[in-house]
Amino acid sequence: MTKTSGNRKKSKCVKYTKWGYIFLIPFFLTYTIFSFIPLVTTIYNSFFENYMLGLQQIGPRFVGLDNYKAIISNGDMVAYAKNTIIMWLMGFIPQIIVSLLLAAWFTDIRLRLKAAGFFKTVIYLPNLIMASAFAMLFYSIFSDQGPVNQILMNAGIIEQPIRFLSNVWTTRGLVALMNFMMWFGNTTILLMAGMMGIDTALFEAAQVDGAKPFQTFTKITLPLLKPILMYVLITSMIGGIQMFDVPQILTDGSGAPNNTSMTLIMYLNKHLYSKNYGMAGALSVILFIVTGILSLAVYKSLAAQRKA
Amino acid sequence: MNKKERSDKAVLGVRRFISYLVLILLSVICLFSFYILVINATRANAQIQQGFSVIPGQRLLANIKTVFANKEIPILYGLRNSFIISASCAVLTTYFSALTAYAIHAYNFRFKNAAFTFILMIMMVPAQVSSMGFVNLMKSMHLMNTFVPLIVPSIAAPVVFFFMKQYMESSLPIEIIEAARIDGSSEFRTFNHVVLPILKPAVAVQAIFAFVSSWNNYFVPALILEDAKRKTLPIMIAMYRSADYLKFDMGQVYMVIAISILPVVVVYLCLSKFIVQGVAIGSVKG
Repeated sequence: MTKTSGNRKKSKCVKYTKWGYIFLIPFFLTYTIFSFIPLVTTIYNSFFENYMLGLQQIGPRFVGLDNYKAIISNGDMVAYAKNTIIMWLMGFIPQIIVSLLLAAWFTDIRLRLKAAGFFKTVIYLPNLIMASAFAMLFYSIFSDQGPVNQILMNAGIIEQPIRFLSNVWTTRGLVALMNFMMWFGNTTILLMAGMMGIDTALFEAAQVDGAKPFQTFTKITLPLLKPILMYVLITSMIGGIQMFDVPQILTDGSGAPNNTSMTLIMYLNKHLYSKNYGMAGALSVILFIVTGILSLAVYKSLAAQRKA
Repeated sequence: MNKKERSDKAVLGVRRFISYLVLILLSVICLFSFYILVINATRANAQIQQGFSVIPGQRLLANIKTVFANKEIPILYGLRNSFIISASCAVLTTYFSALTAYAIHAYNFRFKNAAFTFILMIMMVPAQVSSMGFVNLMKSMHLMNTFVPLIVPSIAAPVVFFFMKQYMESSLPIEIIEAARIDGSSEFRTFNHVVLPILKPAVAVQAIFAFVSSWNNYFVPALILEDAKRKTLPIMIAMYRSADYLKFDMGQVYMVIAISILPVVVVYLCLSKFIVQGVAIGSVKG
């Protein structure tokens, strides 16, 4: 890392070169110790049988790809991946639609919305709220005797309390609703930044040609927003894979009802607590590969934006 | 022509009406749960069970007292621990991310582009995928149950680095650095006394985000911290969730939630404009 001697003679700003390396040391040292070495040992562990049977330690014993075969064939991971994707989609689809609408409205010069600052402040607020506290709040207000049921019953809309957390789709719906609330404000702001970057002459030209607002949106705004939409989509997918705090707290880690709201990271967390390092390792490596591919896509989109 | 103008105006009015309607609806969805939180955090358990009320109760202080008197879940320690960890992360992450960005922004060296590409490529890989190796390494370094594994890694924060780099490209002319050099300032001194002050707006925004994300962080701290008195707030929330006996005192539960989110909400309401702008410049080139 500090091999500067070769560069010294060629470079014009001779004596400064070494400072570039010196200032990079804290980052790379920290990254190596706290991220890179852990990643390597995680991968290494994924090839070993290593778990607790009661109080008895089994392994570590080299088993090659057996952990991977086991985790793929026993069906749990596939089921939890499905749960994760379903809950992510249930939150993401409304999120992208609402955010596109709001961003278009906020940036529309003719619409001139008042109190835009207030609305932006409100919709961004849930993003900063502690996800675990937010989930605990939802658990409390959507519980069988909680305020939501009380209000609905008082209003005469329902006769029996709705058991939100005992039903597959209401539980998933609550997780998705929380994810939606936490992220649509953020996405709106990102899309707004993108929309404001579009040359206003294009909109004026469209208006002169008699284009309707919807046509302007689909024919001009959307195509030009494609890079940012891709960025939002991929980063949201990576975020979706990490889904943990909300379903973990909402269901007390059980993924209730009947594991239908158990996510991949909750599954990883379970293996970490039961000290099943072989399985946790294999799962981590699979998640690393998926997020690694998605990260490459983010890198490409950022690199393209920087060049533009 | 006149007719067309009038119908245009009518259409605009309808569109405006719909947008306000949707915005108000979304705001209600966002604020509704917090409204219930405020109401129920000030009421006794019996009142909460009886039914919902539109106005707050009078048990604010009583609920605060029961929360702080709970010996099994010492929330005062939680507040302290969360604060120490989050504040340290905010300082380390902004300072060192700025330093890293400065290394790549201001100097020319052989591995510059490789280093930059590398940081961008790892930017989105989540910490969870290496958490198993991380916990095992902390065990062998005897750092379990300490704050070190939760604070020190924030030195390497690719996302903050990227933000700082973007900011430097728009606001840090290389001439200023050269002028400092001519004045005989050392490189390290230049960074601390000339560059950092210029970066102040970026540092402030990123410090807030770093503080908040560390304050809200649950997954890794839950794996590292074992002593009740060393746990952070999100772990304590999870303990409240698991503790069945608390079904008998929902007032306390609502109060704990309120205490955990209050600091962030207060800071946000004071600086919301600044923070919302920060989100926009942070992620994409506007």
